Amino acid sequence: MSAPAKLSVKDLNAAYGRAHILFDVSLEVAAGEAVALIGRNGAGKSTTFRAILGFVANRSGEIRFDGADLSRLAPHDIARRGLGYVPEDRRIFADLSVEENLEVGRQKQRPGAPRWTTERLFEIFPNLAETRARLGGRLSGGEQQMLAIARTLMGNPSLVLLDEPSEGLAPKIVEQMIAAILEMKREGLSLLVSEQNLNFAQLVADRVAVIEKGRIRFAGTMAEFDARPDIRDAYLAL
Amino acid sequence: MKVLAVENLGKTYSGFEAVKAVSFSLQAGEILALIGPNGAGKSTCFNMINGQVTPSRGAIEIFGRNVVGLTPRAIWRLGVGRTFQVAAAFASMSVAENVQIALLSHHRRQWRLAGWAARFYVDEAASLLSLVGMKEQAKRSCGELAYGDLKRLEFALALANEPRLLLMDEPTAGMAPKERGALMALVAKIARERKIGVLFTEHDMDAVFAYADRILVLNRGALIAEGPPAAVRADPDVQAVYLGAGTLYGAAS
Amino acid sequence: MVYPPPLCGGGRYAIVTFFLVQFVTGLASASSLFLAACGLSIIFGVTRVVNFAHGAFYMLGAYLAFTLASRLAGDVGFWAGIILASLAVAAIGALIEMALLRRLYSAPELLQLLATFGVTLAVEDIALLIWGPEDLLGPRAPGFKGAVNLLGQAFPTYDLLLIALGPLVLALLWLLFRRTRWGVLVRAATLDREMVAALGVNQKWLFTSVFALGVFLAALGGALELPREAVSHTLDLQIITEVLVVVVIGGLGNVLGTFLAAIIVAELNAFGILIFPKISIVLVFLVMALVLIVRPWGLLGRAEAAARMAGGASLARWRPFDKRGRLLAALAVAAAALFPFFAGDYALSVATEVLIFMLYAASLHALVGAGGLVSFGHAAYFGLGAYGASLALKQLGLPMEAALVAGPVLGFAGALLFGWFSVRLSGVYFAMLTLAFAQIAWSIAFQWSEVTGGDNGLIGVWPSAWAESPAHFYWLALALAALAIALLRVIVFSPFGYALRALRDSELRAEAIGLDRHRLQWIGFAVAGAFAALAGALFAFLKGSVFPDTLGIPLSIDGLVMVLLGGVGTVSGGALGALLYKTLSIWVISETDYSKLVLGLLIVALVALFPQGLLGAVQAWRGRDARLQGATP
Repeated sequence: MSAPAKLSVKDLNAAYGRAHILFDVSLEVAAGEAVALIGRNGAGKSTTFRAILGFVANRSGEIRFDGADLSRLAPHDIARRGLGYVPEDRRIFADLSVEENLEVGRQKQRPGAPRWTTERLFEIFPNLAETRARLGGRLSGGEQQMLAIARTLMGNPSLVLLDEPSEGLAPKIVEQMIAAILEMKREGLSLLVSEQNLNFAQLVADRVAVIEKGRIRFAGTMAEFDARPDIRDAYLAL
Repeated sequence: MKVLAVENLGKTYSGFEAVKAVSFSLQAGEILALIGPNGAGKSTCFNMINGQVTPSRGAIEIFGRNVVGLTPRAIWRLGVGRTFQVAAAFASMSVAENVQIALLSHHRRQWRLAGWAARFYVDEAASLLSLVGMKEQAKRSCGELAYGDLKRLEFALALANEPRLLLMDEPTAGMAPKERGALMALVAKIARERKIGVLFTEHDMDAVFAYADRILVLNRGALIAEGPPAAVRADPDVQAVYLGAGTLYGAAS
Repeated sequence: MVYPPPLCGGGRYAIVTFFLVQFVTGLASASSLFLAACGLSIIFGVTRVVNFAHGAFYMLGAYLAFTLASRLAGDVGFWAGIILASLAVAAIGALIEMALLRRLYSAPELLQLLATFGVTLAVEDIALLIWGPEDLLGPRAPGFKGAVNLLGQAFPTYDLLLIALGPLVLALLWLLFRRTRWGVLVRAATLDREMVAALGVNQKWLFTSVFALGVFLAALGGALELPREAVSHTLDLQIITEVLVVVVIGGLGNVLGTFLAAIIVAELNAFGILIFPKISIVLVFLVMALVLIVRPWGLLGRAEAAARMAGGASLARWRPFDKRGRLLAALAVAAAALFPFFAGDYALSVATEVLIFMLYAASLHALVGAGGLVSFGHAAYFGLGAYGASLALKQLGLPMEAALVAGPVLGFAGALLFGWFSVRLSGVYFAMLTLAFAQIAWSIAFQWSEVTGGDNGLIGVWPSAWAESPAHFYWLALALAALAIALLRVIVFSPFGYALRALRDSELRAEAIGLDRHRLQWIGFAVAGAFAALAGALFAFLKGSVFPDTLGIPLSIDGLVMVLLGGVGTVSGGALGALLYKTLSIWVISETDYSKLVLGLLIVALVALFPQGLLGAVQAWRGRDARLQGATP
């Protein structure tokens, strides 16, 4: 890669209590690029995301975003720099309406990032427009996933961490998710997507990092990954 | 032998018909999958059978006995095992102790005020744990288990009850593909050996198509298809509402 | 306070108007109660902290308003005083939140309660230092000194102002929470703090602002009562009890429910004294118990809003003592048995009291730790044991030996009765219902003077001749306490204890393996009550008397303090917590007049330094977090 990385993680270690989860994880996401972080459940995908966002207190290593060091910042400061996060379990505010959920995510526009408004998001996620006054808790799983993404986009991020966007969704909804993610990419957003579903990853990502037992075992382009069935068998066992 | 028979089961929440006149039955040793889009009524259906939700209409018979109105605990006592979508175990106890308390409860010894609980049913717990492949982890604290292991432990807890009917809510949710296959294979093997009827909900179509004997498809609260995996998979209605164009599963199969 | 007119002369019309005026007076009282209670409710909703110091802030508001309104002369001065006092207390609250509570948000909820209890103790003595022990009567409100004629009765215009204020504040709060971005953020934070942070919201300041708003409302409630009621340094506990009752009846976190509940409670207070003078004190608690039985989450509360106040937050593995542990415990008991050979009578009586409280704390610890049932009214069973033993001795003429059995039997029976209702609830609601039952037990002891001696208590409860000497009674207490604590440990590791822990760890999972939550927890509650009652019975014989305060709220809270100091996550750290806390508090009381200030600050310091409790801190130190530096791949 020639351009400086949008997000670069170097030698990230993280632990919960006595359990050491991540070991020297290094990752890069270039501007406008989508990278898939794939690995089995418990491999360390969510922990990587949570450590980047500052939710894991016990961590070490270097995390740079647009060149600035994130490792000493609080989660909300990290988010305010344009790093969006869509968690695995969606975490919709159940007692808030769809519009209020979006309001919580709203932040000012920042240079170099696509700008989103409620109306534009309703265009991409038409289901949400029909449910704008409904409480988040009353939405179906698929609608919640869309709302979670829309809510994060309201912060006008320049990079989004998407944690297992297809988990627990009906196949048809997964196809809609893929379309939405590709649309985000077209807008120029950088993406780091964690997945267990290899097919999903292949449809959205430019590059792949494979994580297993808290260590990165492979990093390369999608084509390079396709040429390495041994990696797939050894670490993903698909 | 029928272990479960559901007749015209329905549930209405303040005017909204979540489940409409669903009927099906399950034989001993049979593995039956209940699938459908999010919000189709799978969970409601499932929770009516296990006693967490009271049906508005219809009948549920387990081992020939009407169970409508029974508490989940009473249904469990009939010989029903269940696992949850999000696996949970007793985090302050070891893996073996988890199984031991389940065995203590099964043998109705939970009221004993004396005697170290950890010394009851040691052998039985060990054999259940080796059955699910967790013998080596017996002494570990269950708070530090990997998620897949927690799922297997939960399965062992359900088996401690010597069930003839197993209700499993998304048994492979949150697991890696290989673990999914391994768990479902284990469930299928034990179900056939012990003549346990298994009803499970699931979103992972690989698990459903590979291990279910029969599949029920729910959409908007109604049963739209029922049959063996190949037939359900080819059903155009099911493809339209649930399976989609097959982008994701074409490659995997 | 309005007293009933002579009912003989006034006729029916007079009675009707009297009741009407009483009703309207009740509405006026409801306003300040509502302000304080909704402050607590809002704070709880967002921060999940049950702010026990809320009553202290209410009291501070009243005291500061007294000083400011008296100093700042003139019509404007009074109102400026009220507002400035409330703002000043809100600022104090914000400082406490930043300095203390911020450190505790991730700690077990009970610990936050303990910290705010420490603040309450300290504030009470500070108020005593500044404003003295006398009740202070504030100035009347300028412009609202008069009265209007209400169906022939004079009715203070100030009360009318208060009546209007309640709905006004309710409407303002509604607008604040529904129509402003701040309100949306606060409601989101109530549901998921971490997600709010991930969306770029600085939740630290959000929490501080919410806490300050809640404290402001409490202080305003206190300040506005200035023209109506005298300010005293006992207001804090009185108000916090009422406020907790209001919040629980209304449904935690629900402002409209709080409003309705404030009216109900204020009217019960206004009419209770007229209609049921005998049980006026318990009336509110009876109503709360009834509401919770019918609607376990309060009038407008919802199930998912009920916070789980999981007692045994730590998920560390528990093991029975190994050989070394048993040896150490035996050595400790043996060493304690040698104490009478060195100590004088006073030291022995102090030591005996400490032993009794170790047993009391161990019984509560079993309930909170193994059962996950955080009782706020465990003193009820301690007190029932004390009264049971005393009544057996005095009324039935039984010897001490039999009385020491009668006490626990009464405690067990009481815990069976109250427990049956209590275990149907969980979390904060369970805590509040147990508190209510303890308060009911207290009122019975207080008001049924023919049997219990009322406020004068029962005296002359002396041990049998053989146990009369301080050394002998010490040995008796040591033997019983050691045996009982050992028994409690046996129960914790028995199948029954495991069943309770299974229910604590995962209720859904435990029910699914066939464990009957209600019945198991009910019996667990009663067993813990019986052990507390044994401690109470010994206490009665140690003191030679029993008074209603053995059932009081402070003793219940003391028990929780001991358990928390020992570490909830441990098997029986409560006994050690009791040893430390009781010794310390007896020593502090003997050394200073401001023991509450010292103890309060000490509790706050301990909580801030060791958020896992003392034993918990030792355990955490032994098994430190994984070290990341130099991690080898």
